[in-house]
Amino acid sequence: MLSFRGGIHPPGMKHLVRDRAIVDMPLVPLYRVLVQQHIGAPAKPLVKAGDTVKRGQMLSEPLGFVSASVHAPTSGKVRGVENCINPVTGLGSPCVVIEADGEDAWAEGIPFDVDPFSMDGSELISRIRSSGIVGMGGATFPSHVKLSPPRDKPIDAFIVNGVECEPYLGADHRLMLEEPQRIVLGARLVMHILGLSVAVVAIEANKLDAVEVMRKNAPGSIRVEVLDVKYPQGAEKQLIKAILDREVPPGGLPMDVGALVHNAGTCAAIWDACSRGIPLIERVTSVTGSGIREPKNIRVRVGTPLRDVIDFCGGLQEDASKVIFGGPMMGIAQYSMDVPVTKGTSGILVLRSREVDRSSYTSCISCGRCVDACPMGLLPNVLSRLGERSMWEDALEYNLMDCIECGSCAYVCPAYRPIVHFIKHMKALAREASAKKRQAV
Amino acid sequence: MSDGLVVVSSSPHIHSPEDIGWIMRQVIYALVPGAAVGVYFFGLPAFNVIWISVVSCIGVEALLQWLMGRAITVKDGSAALTGLLLAMNLPPTSPWWLVVIGALVAIGLGKQVYGGLGNNPFNPALTARVFLLISFPVQMTSWIVPRPFLLRSADAVTGATPLGAIKTAVFMHGNLAAAGKISLMDLFMGNVGGSLGEISAIALILGGTYLIYKKIISWHIPVIYIGTVFVMTGIFWLINPGVYANPVLHIFSGGLMLGAFFMATDLVTSPVTVFGKVIFAIGCGVITVVIRLWGGYPEGVSFSILIMNAFVPLINRGTRPVVFGAGR
Repeated sequence: MLSFRGGIHPPGMKHLVRDRAIVDMPLVPLYRVLVQQHIGAPAKPLVKAGDTVKRGQMLSEPLGFVSASVHAPTSGKVRGVENCINPVTGLGSPCVVIEADGEDAWAEGIPFDVDPFSMDGSELISRIRSSGIVGMGGATFPSHVKLSPPRDKPIDAFIVNGVECEPYLGADHRLMLEEPQRIVLGARLVMHILGLSVAVVAIEANKLDAVEVMRKNAPGSIRVEVLDVKYPQGAEKQLIKAILDREVPPGGLPMDVGALVHNAGTCAAIWDACSRGIPLIERVTSVTGSGIREPKNIRVRVGTPLRDVIDFCGGLQEDASKVIFGGPMMGIAQYSMDVPVTKGTSGILVLRSREVDRSSYTSCISCGRCVDACPMGLLPNVLSRLGERSMWEDALEYNLMDCIECGSCAYVCPAYRPIVHFIKHMKALAREASAKKRQAV
Repeated sequence: MSDGLVVVSSSPHIHSPEDIGWIMRQVIYALVPGAAVGVYFFGLPAFNVIWISVVSCIGVEALLQWLMGRAITVKDGSAALTGLLLAMNLPPTSPWWLVVIGALVAIGLGKQVYGGLGNNPFNPALTARVFLLISFPVQMTSWIVPRPFLLRSADAVTGATPLGAIKTAVFMHGNLAAAGKISLMDLFMGNVGGSLGEISAIALILGGTYLIYKKIISWHIPVIYIGTVFVMTGIFWLINPGVYANPVLHIFSGGLMLGAFFMATDLVTSPVTVFGKVIFAIGCGVITVVIRLWGGYPEGVSFSILIMNAFVPLINRGTRPVVFGAGR
C-alpha cells in the first residue's frame, strides 16, 4: 500500500467517535474570536466595544498577503477587543469578545446562491481570501496563498487530505461520510481555479467506509486512494511522497514539486465560501478521549469557549487531567477552560490521570528507534542531546528546521526523552537569533 | 481541571509502552535459554556464578549511584542484565571473588564513570571480561568438561575449549590434526567446554531470534557479523584445510553466537543507523577472525567488539541518513 519511510503505529483509538454523527453545538452566550488564528502576518480588528455585529460579518482585516481575517460566529454586541489566551501559543492575544443576542442573524447579503464554476480563478481566490479560510488540519496556513503559486512553480497535482492520521480524531472521517458533496465540490473548485483536470482524495485504510462514500460521490476526475495506516501519513510532505512519489526539498513548500494539499474540511469551507458567501465561522471537531463523559463529533462555531464545549459533551470525568487541542501526537495541552475553539481546532482530547505520562526522562541509550521512526530522515537522538544543552547552532547542521514536530521520535523513545520539546525550544532560539540578526543589518 | 490538577506538557501526549525497563527485561528473557544450558552442563558452580554476578552488579550500581548522589536506577534492569551477561562470559567455575571484581569493573569502570546507562562507550560486561582475562589469566582460562546435570560426579574434569584445542594444535604441531575430532553436533547443542553462557549455539540463536522478533535488535549485526566470520574463515579453509578449521566449526564455537546476538548488539555501544550497523558488524567479524587465526588468544570476539565500540561515534557520524527531500 502507498506510504512513506519511517513513521509509527500508535493505537488508533478512533472507536470513541467513529460512529457518532456530527451534531450542531447550540449557541452559547459569549464568543471569543481570536484575531490571529492563522500562520502569517497579523490582522487588524475592525470593530470596537459596543458595536453590533451580524453572523458572518468581517471582524478583522488582514495585514499583508499571508494573513487572514476572522468573522463573527453569530450576531450580537461586541464587548470589546480583549486579551485572551491563545490555545496555540498559550500567550495572551487580542480577541474580539461577542455577547450573543441569540438571534443568530446573518450579515447582509449572505448566504446567497451562485454558481462558482462560472467565475474565474482570481475572483474565487479573492472570495476565499475574504472568507478567512485557512488550513483546517491544524497548521492554519491561509488557503488563498496556497492557491496563488508563483508563475515559475505551476501546480500539476492536487491532493485532498482525508487521512486524519492523528489517533482519536474522527472529524474529517465523519465529514466525508455525511457531507461528501461539500468536499467534492470544494475540490472541484480548487481544480477549476488551478486549471487541473484530475485530483486525488487520500484516505487511510482504517476508514474504508469513507473511501466507499467518497468514491460514490466523486466524479471520474477525482481518484480516491487508500493509504497504509501509519502515523504521520497525513503530514503534507509524507502524503505527497506517498501519493506522487515526490519529495519536497528541505526548507521547501509543496509547490516546489508542483503539489498542492488541502484538508477535506478546508475543501468543504472553500465550497461554502464560494457558492454561498459563508465565511469560515464554524468547523467540525471531535471531542473525545476517555476523560470526556460523552464523546461527540460537533459542528462548533469558531470562538466558542472550551468550557461550553466540555459542558455540551457531558462534562469531564472525575480523573480527567489533561485537555488537548488537536490530537495526542501534535496537539497542545491547555491550562485554561476559557480558551476558544479556533479554525485549526481539529479535535479536543481529554485524557485521564492514568493515561497521562509523568515519568521523568533519562539519558539516551542510542537504541536508534527514533532514527527509524523519523519520517524526515533526521537524527532525533543527536537533536535531543543538543537540545538538552540549547545548542541550536549545532542542531541547525543536523537539519533542525526540517523537523515537522510529528512526535514519532518521542513516542518511541524508551528513555521518555521529550525530543519534540527540545526541538521546539531550539527552533525558537534559532528564529530569535535570526530575527535579531535581521534587525542589526 | 477546575481543581488545579491539570497537566500541561509538550506533545506528544501518548507514549509507546516499550520503555527501557521493558527492553532490558526482554533481553534478560532472551538470555535465559543460553544460561540454562550452561547450568545444565556445568551444574551448581555455574548457577552460583550467575546469581553472584547479578546481585553484585545490582549492588555495585546502587552503591556507586548512592555515593555519587545520583538517582538509583537499578529498577531499570540494566545492571541485572550486565550481571547476567558478565556471568555468561566467565568460566563456569569462576571463584566468587573473581565474579565480584568483574562486577566492580563492569559497573564501575565500564558504566558509572562515564555517567551511567547510555553514556558508556564500551560494553560494560566485555570491559570486565577483558579486564579479568588480562589480570587473572589462570582463572579465566580453566575450563571444565561439560557433563549433563544428572550424570554429574563429584569432581570436575578440566579440558580445553574447541578453539583452545585448535590454537594449541596449530601452535605446537603446525596443523589441526592434533586437536582431535570436534563434533559439530556437540558445538551446536552446547556439549563443549567454554564460558558459562557461550556453549550452546542453538539456545543463543533462539534467544537472539526472540530479540529480532520483538524488534529490540535488528538482524543486521548478528547476521552480518556471523556471515563475515563464515566467509573469511571459509576462504582460508579452502586455501589450507590442514591449518585452518572449517567455517561451520568457527561460527558455532567460542563466544561468537553470544557476542553477535547479545554483546555486539548492545544498544548503547552499537551504531544507530542500518548502514552503520553493517560497517560495525563487518569490522567485528574481520577482527575476530584475525585474532582467531593469527592472534595470541584462541578467541577474539570480546576484543573485536570492544575495538569496534571505539569506532561507533565515528561510524555514526559517517552514516547519517539522507534527509527527506535532500537526496535521491
